[in-house]
Amino acid sequence: MPAAVPVIEGWFTVDEPPALLGGRCPACGTYQFPPTGTWCPNPGCDSDQMATVPLSRTGRVWSYTDAQYQPPAPYVSPSDPYRPFAIAAVSLEKEQIVILGQVADGFGVGDLHVGAPVELVVEPLERDGEQTKLVWRWRPISGAGDHEGEAR
Amino acid sequence: MNDDVAVLGVGMHPWGKWGRPFVGYGVAAAKAALADAGVPWSDIDFVVGGETVRNGYAGYVAGSTMARALGWNGARVATCYAACASGSAAIEAARTRILAGLSDLALVVGADTTPKGFLAPNAGERWDDPDWLRFRLIGATNPTYFGLYARRRMDLYGAGPADFAMVKVKNARHGLHNPNARYRKEVAAEDVMASPVVADPLRLLDICATSDGSAAVVLASMDAARRLSSDPVRIRAVSTVTPRFPNTALDMPDIATDSAASVPAPAQGFRASIAAAAYEEAGLGPEDLSLAEVYDLSTALELDWCEDIGLCSPGEAEKLLHEGVTSLGGRVPVNPSGGLACFGEAVPAQAIAQVCEVTWQLRGAAGPRQVEGARVGLTINQGLFGHGSCVILAK
Repeated sequence: MPAAVPVIEGWFTVDEPPALLGGRCPACGTYQFPPTGTWCPNPGCDSDQMATVPLSRTGRVWSYTDAQYQPPAPYVSPSDPYRPFAIAAVSLEKEQIVILGQVADGFGVGDLHVGAPVELVVEPLERDGEQTKLVWRWRPISGAGDHEGEAR
Repeated sequence: MNDDVAVLGVGMHPWGKWGRPFVGYGVAAAKAALADAGVPWSDIDFVVGGETVRNGYAGYVAGSTMARALGWNGARVATCYAACASGSAAIEAARTRILAGLSDLALVVGADTTPKGFLAPNAGERWDDPDWLRFRLIGATNPTYFGLYARRRMDLYGAGPADFAMVKVKNARHGLHNPNARYRKEVAAEDVMASPVVADPLRLLDICATSDGSAAVVLASMDAARRLSSDPVRIRAVSTVTPRFPNTALDMPDIATDSAASVPAPAQGFRASIAAAAYEEAGLGPEDLSLAEVYDLSTALELDWCEDIGLCSPGEAEKLLHEGVTSLGGRVPVNPSGGLACFGEAVPAQAIAQVCEVTWQLRGAAGPRQVEGARVGLTINQGLFGHGSCVILAK
């Protein structure tokens, strides 16, 4: 049994560097996340195929918040007592899509602003017995174009 | 052609936290609405329930649960689920049946019993349920989404916690004398800003509670209404629209938006499109409104709605608030009932409760919270998974 596995199959890779996996319509170029559909979500496109592709590893913060109180089940807290964490919705330029995720360990809302650049990482979400479950997260890219983006 | 439907009766059970079965709240609201309409239950030919998903099978079949509780009368029945928009979906089912000439008198009821704390998915593992997955993979609660929207107002428009707190102060004042409201006391801005952060930048008093509550309306064809009432409040429009592709604002409970890589985003976002469809159907515009009941799940979200229903341009709602335009006594009071800030959230009853308030206001029967000379009122909310909800009523 591998020591660390994605918490959900087929949504992201754990190679270095990791990437979210999305659907891409070969006919019209529309993307989709999560890559669960087998048809194109664009109502103007008849395609019934979606190719699975890695999505851009960097994007800009669309908005952000945090979870100061422990979310209810099915959320599983990795620590006891509960430790608050930040959440960001990130806009990917090429795919023109906004994807939600937790913010990487060690970063909080003070490290973020709308338009801030972030990159995708994979980190432990929780431990399940001997096994670590991995999840995608967004990590601020320090110093890189901090003041660009829609907020300014 | 007359596309109006009359609101003959409205009623509620007061909102609170009693933990009693939702059926009792629903029956109380239904009986109040029937009495208000002067219509015996036996004359109702169609009953529609707003579904509650947290109260077992009786909640899944809320329409028949209410019909049975009131005593089977042979009426036709339906139950609607559209999350927070369930009530307007139920009203629309009744309205369209009446306009089709298939019903004369319809009863619409929504009632809920809600556990304390965060709303959460029902128990069980469902790896293909987006609402379950957002909790499991991200820990994204409902306030997570409210926090995201509030933060955008701050970073894009320069809004701040003091602006958000003022919404609570205003709505608390509005709800002071509302006998159906759960919270009836003044709140100071400092109280809001001293309450603990739940989902940055929002604090406990910025976010609505979850409540037990119910609301009901009796709707009638204009012919039936004329026999029973001289000048009933009328429903001029109901908008239950869905988004247009690509929907590029992150809506609860989604983990991602649509992609706009191949089709540009529509000029109008989903929330604004909900109101636009209602205005078009009613042949009215924001300048015609005397008041609005908007879905203030959070203080900041009320500001978003003010813009989405066209009271001002994006980024200007704080100005409107501070000028008193949206307060009682202002040009367009928003949430004169006190809103969710004073009621809390009881999902299937919400949209119906908004219609009750606008009806009382248009009748001039709202007591100390009356909007002077109210002629036209709008209700708006949004149910997760793409459910628009907007009702325009007029005298």
